[in-house]
Order: sequence, then C-alpha cells, then structure tokens
Amino acid sequence: MVEAIAMAHGWEMQHDPAVVVIGEDVGANGGVFRATQGLQQRFGAERVQDTPLAEAAIAGVAIGMAAQGLKPVAEIQFMGFLYPALDQIINHMSRMRHRTRGRLTCPIVMRMPHGGGIHAPEHHSESVETLLCHVPGLRVVSPTSPARAYGLLLAAIRDPDPVMFLEPTRLYRASRQEVPDDGRALPLDQAFVLREGSDVTLVSWGAMIAETLQAAAELADAGIDAEVIDLATLSPVDAATILDSVAKTGRLVIVQEAARNVGVGAEIAAIVAEDGLFDLLAPIRRVAGYDTVMPLYRLERDYIPSVRRIVDAVRSTVADSR
Amino acid sequence: MRTVIEFRVESLQRLDPDGNAVGELPAFALDPDEVLRMYGAMTLARAFDTKAVNLQRTGQLGTYASCLGHEATHIGIGAAMRAEDVLAPVYREVGTQLWRGVTMREILLYWGGDERGNDFSGPRADFPWCVPIATQTLHAAGAAMAFKIRHEPRCAVATIGDGGTSEGAFYEALNVAGARALPVVFVVVNNGWAISVPVAAQTAARTLAQKAIAAGIPGLQVDGNDLFAVREAVSAALERARGGGGPTLVEALTYRLSDHTTADDASRYRSAREVDDARALEPLLRTRRFLEKADRWNADRERALLEECAGSIDAAVADYLAAPRPSTDAMFDHLFANLPERIREQRIAARRHAGTGGH
Repeated sequence: MVEAIAMAHGWEMQHDPAVVVIGEDVGANGGVFRATQGLQQRFGAERVQDTPLAEAAIAGVAIGMAAQGLKPVAEIQFMGFLYPALDQIINHMSRMRHRTRGRLTCPIVMRMPHGGGIHAPEHHSESVETLLCHVPGLRVVSPTSPARAYGLLLAAIRDPDPVMFLEPTRLYRASRQEVPDDGRALPLDQAFVLREGSDVTLVSWGAMIAETLQAAAELADAGIDAEVIDLATLSPVDAATILDSVAKTGRLVIVQEAARNVGVGAEIAAIVAEDGLFDLLAPIRRVAGYDTVMPLYRLERDYIPSVRRIVDAVRSTVADSR
Repeated sequence: MRTVIEFRVESLQRLDPDGNAVGELPAFALDPDEVLRMYGAMTLARAFDTKAVNLQRTGQLGTYASCLGHEATHIGIGAAMRAEDVLAPVYREVGTQLWRGVTMREILLYWGGDERGNDFSGPRADFPWCVPIATQTLHAAGAAMAFKIRHEPRCAVATIGDGGTSEGAFYEALNVAGARALPVVFVVVNNGWAISVPVAAQTAARTLAQKAIAAGIPGLQVDGNDLFAVREAVSAALERARGGGGPTLVEALTYRLSDHTTADDASRYRSAREVDDARALEPLLRTRRFLEKADRWNADRERALLEECAGSIDAAVADYLAAPRPSTDAMFDHLFANLPERIREQRIAARRHAGTGGH
C-alpha cells in the first residue's frame, strides 16, 4: 500500500504543478514509512519540503499555501502527533471556505498513519478518527488496499476541500497488489461493498477490514453469509449503501479499532436506528476497541478487535434475531 | 566561557509626540500629499471605529474590538504594503484593512454577525479576521511559502498582539519563516494589554522584538504611534523579504486607548491616569501637529475632513443596516464545494424550522 501512496503523489505532482508535499522527514528520507519515497529527487526541494518539527506549523502553513492557490499534501508522522495541529484544522482549515463565503479555500490533504498492530512505541498507534469526523467541513477517508489507497488519495488531492487521509499502519506492507499508475481516482463519500452476503451486514474501515473479511470467511464456513462494507469515507458517511445492505440482510455489526464511546460506529448505528430500524431482525452490535488508552504493544492485540470477537458478535446477532 | 552570540534591539522613531521630525525623514514623509493621504486614512479609521462602538452600544452591532489608538500602526503597515501582498490580520486591524480596500460595510457585516463581511470585495487574497490567537501567523508563513515556490515578488504580513506572542503558533511561525527565509513580515502590535494582562505579566522578555532572536531573524522596535517610523520599518522589512532576505519581526509600541472589546470594561484592571498619560502620546495628534507645522493643515481642513469621513461612514452604516438577514441556507452554503447528501437534508430541515427560534 505504501508504494501505491507514493505513486499517487507522483502522478498528481507530475500532472498538477499546484501540488506540493510538506511534512517531517518527507524529503530525503521519503517519509518514515516511505510514503513520499523518491518525490523530492523527482520534484525538487521546493515542492517536496521537510518542515521544522512542528505539527501546528505543518497544518497552519498548509492553510496559508492553500489559500494562495497551492494544493498541499501534508504528512503528520503518526496520528498521535496530530493534536497540536487540531487548532489549525478545526478553527481554520475546516471552515475557511465557509467563513469567507468561498473566497479562500483549503484544498489540503492531511495524511497520517492510523491505528496499531505494528509494535510501535507509545502514542504511535492511535485511532482517533472520531475527533476529525465530528468537525463540520472536513472529509475523513481511509483506504484498505493498495488500489484504493492510490485511487482515494488521488481523489482526496483533487477534492476542493480538506481531506483527512488516515492510512492504516498495519496495512502499509500487509498485502501486494498490482496497481496501474493511470491517474484514475476513486469516488469519495462512497462506501465499497467488498463482499456480498444476505444474512448480516458488517461495516468496518481502516485496518479492521482485514479481520472483518477473515471473520466473514469463517462465518461462511458456518453457513452465515456476511456482506462486508468498507466505509472508505468515514465522514460524511455513505448512509445509503449501509441502509440498502441492512434492508437486505436485516442485521448490522459494526467493527472498529477505535474506542467504542462516541465512535464512528455509534453514528452508523444511529443512522440505521433512525432510518432503517424496521428492517432490523436483531439489535445492532458494535465490536470495538475498549474505552481505555491504547496499551503499549504487549497488549495491543488484545485491544484491537480479533476475528474471534467479530465472529462471536455475529453469531450472537444471528441467534438474537426475531 | 566565551561569548557565542550577543544581541541588541534597536528602536526607531521619526516623529516625536509634538510632531517634530526625529533624524532624517524617509522620502514618503517629505511628500505632503502622501502624508495627507495617510492622515486622512487614520482619521477615517478613528471616526469609523467610534461609530462602530456607538452602533454596538445602541444594539445595532455585535461585540466589536475597537482600534482606538492603533491608527498609526495600522496605516503605517497598510501604506508599506503593495496591493498584491497579503495581510493576515488579528481582529483589530481595521485601519490596515480599510487602507487595503476592505469596505466599512464588510467590517460592519462581520461584526454584525454575518459571514458575508469576510468576503472582501477589495483585497481578495487577504486572510479574514482571525480570532484564535496567533494562528494567523502560520497562514502568513504558508502564503509566503506559496509565493516563494511560485517565484512571485509578493510578501505576506501577519499582525499579532502582545498577548499573542505567548502562543506556540507564534514561535512556530517565526521559526519556519526563518528556516526557509520566507518573504513574510510579522508585526507585533504591542498595545500594552492582553485584555487585562499587561505585557510585564506576559513575559520576562524586556522587548517583544527580541523574540526574533531565537528564530534567527531580525527584530526591531518602532514607536507604534509614529506613522513614519512604522511605515519606514515595515517598508524596509518588506523590501528585504521581497529581495529574498527573509522575514523580519517588527514590534510596534502603541496603546489600546479603548476597552479590549465592547464586552470589556478596562477600568476594572487599569487606572484612568495610565490611559490619560497614553492619550497624550496618541498618533493622530502628533501627525496633525506635524502637518500644522508644515503649514499643510488647519482647523477648517480638519473640519472638512471629519465631515467627509462622517458622510462616507453614514452611507456605509445605512448600507449595512439595510442588508437583508441571510437565509438559513447560509449556514450550509460554502461548507463544502459539494454539500454531502445528508447535510443537504439538514439544509431543507433548517428552512422548514427557520424563524422558530429566539432572536
């Protein structure tokens, strides 16, 4: 996936001179995960700039550049380092278009590794997408395969509004897939049905898609036919795809790595409760991280929902059906 | 121990409180028409400011941040900038904004609770008013980075208050601007008070100009009630920046003669004596004295100028008061270039519920 991300940067920088890349160690080092590998050699140190080590500055400078006509793609090294930048993102980036009545805009992509599972140090494994999804004026997007990383990142860069692009850390090098470098974007604001099924709808995003697909495969062996939806855009949520699926299956299990309390899963559950309640044959269930601090890595696999937890939740949901 | 580095902070004054020239005046100050133009703008800023406060007091404007006493700093900055430069202001830079073509109607609309006031018809690339303290300094740095990348001979100017220099964003902005030699000028409008906290309680630093030292960029003080000194210093900083010489920090020492905003009562935390002392140093008086000494100004001309200002202000106020209240759609317009489906549904619901709330 990480090569696909670098490739998408390269395509767009080649075809749009307004695109610039900024962040910590994105230049000579190509990013700590190599997501900007080779870009500085190709496009020069002006368009691919290492910034001083200051996240508020990365976001604030991106806003200034964007308001004056550039399209910055900014890397925050880990999602746990995002917080100093939130002032800029929430108070300015998300609302510059709105408060100037469209005079100044922020076509910015803020990329950041999201989630745990790679034995990283403290503060390097956070899943705090809820903080961003709650902010009006932001799009929050997360890819789950190399092809979707390529296509969604292109879409995010081309989008005229700020996009928070959450890259699942443990998928960076999890799978290999041939991705044609053809400049084709995938749609934002649209969920992807990765597996069709008739008995239960599983909605997930980010790295948890891997466990969710594995759970679906195990459930199939047990005779339960699960539909798997990759949310892809976490905000705004593609409610139609979820509601259509629930209308078909009558059951909904939401899988998220983030803490359960006020998570994106809660919003999805609320949408289905408001607009799809009578389609349900069983209560909605959430499989989520615990409402605790993300532990250091010895326990991280006990925090991140396991395939077993997902399978159990689905079995209970099916058993509880009316 | 050996000394690795030493620093000093210089202070510039060109016009003393009695309106006498100090040292050699810059060329623009020797051009009477140009000085009259700037004096006219300072006078308009003050008259408009007074009117805005009155509108708030009579319930016709929301909370407003007065710029009383800042006119020399504001117009000095404005006159030093080129039209194609961009300004990233705080919420008090009325004078600079008027100079740059933001209209009085727009200023009133903004403080009157209407986002249309931020859609400047004049300086289209200028940043809007910035309420979150010091955050605008990074926008100016980013704008400067854009100009540098595109090799455009343009500069950004950020203003910031004395209290703002305590914020992290301010240091991040100075640092990144220095590290990348960005064409940006930071002007600290040191008016002595961050609401109720005086500068001495804000920092142990003797000057705010010296905050530049740690970022490796030049910093200097100017008399912020001295129109000529402000313009000269900011002009020099802009020309250096435009020529690739990097950023400068200018600390303009002035005084907030008003309350912090119309929601504030400064008598709770500072003495009338202090304000009276500061009033003796205020900027319009000394500019007028300069003009009078040069035989370019008298009571008749002053009266005519004030009448002219009042006329244009009254017209703008009437225009502002006649502006129709926006529809509820304004909450949703411009949130995104393309409003997501589920928010479109809320836009329709808001129309249905419009007018059902309080006032």
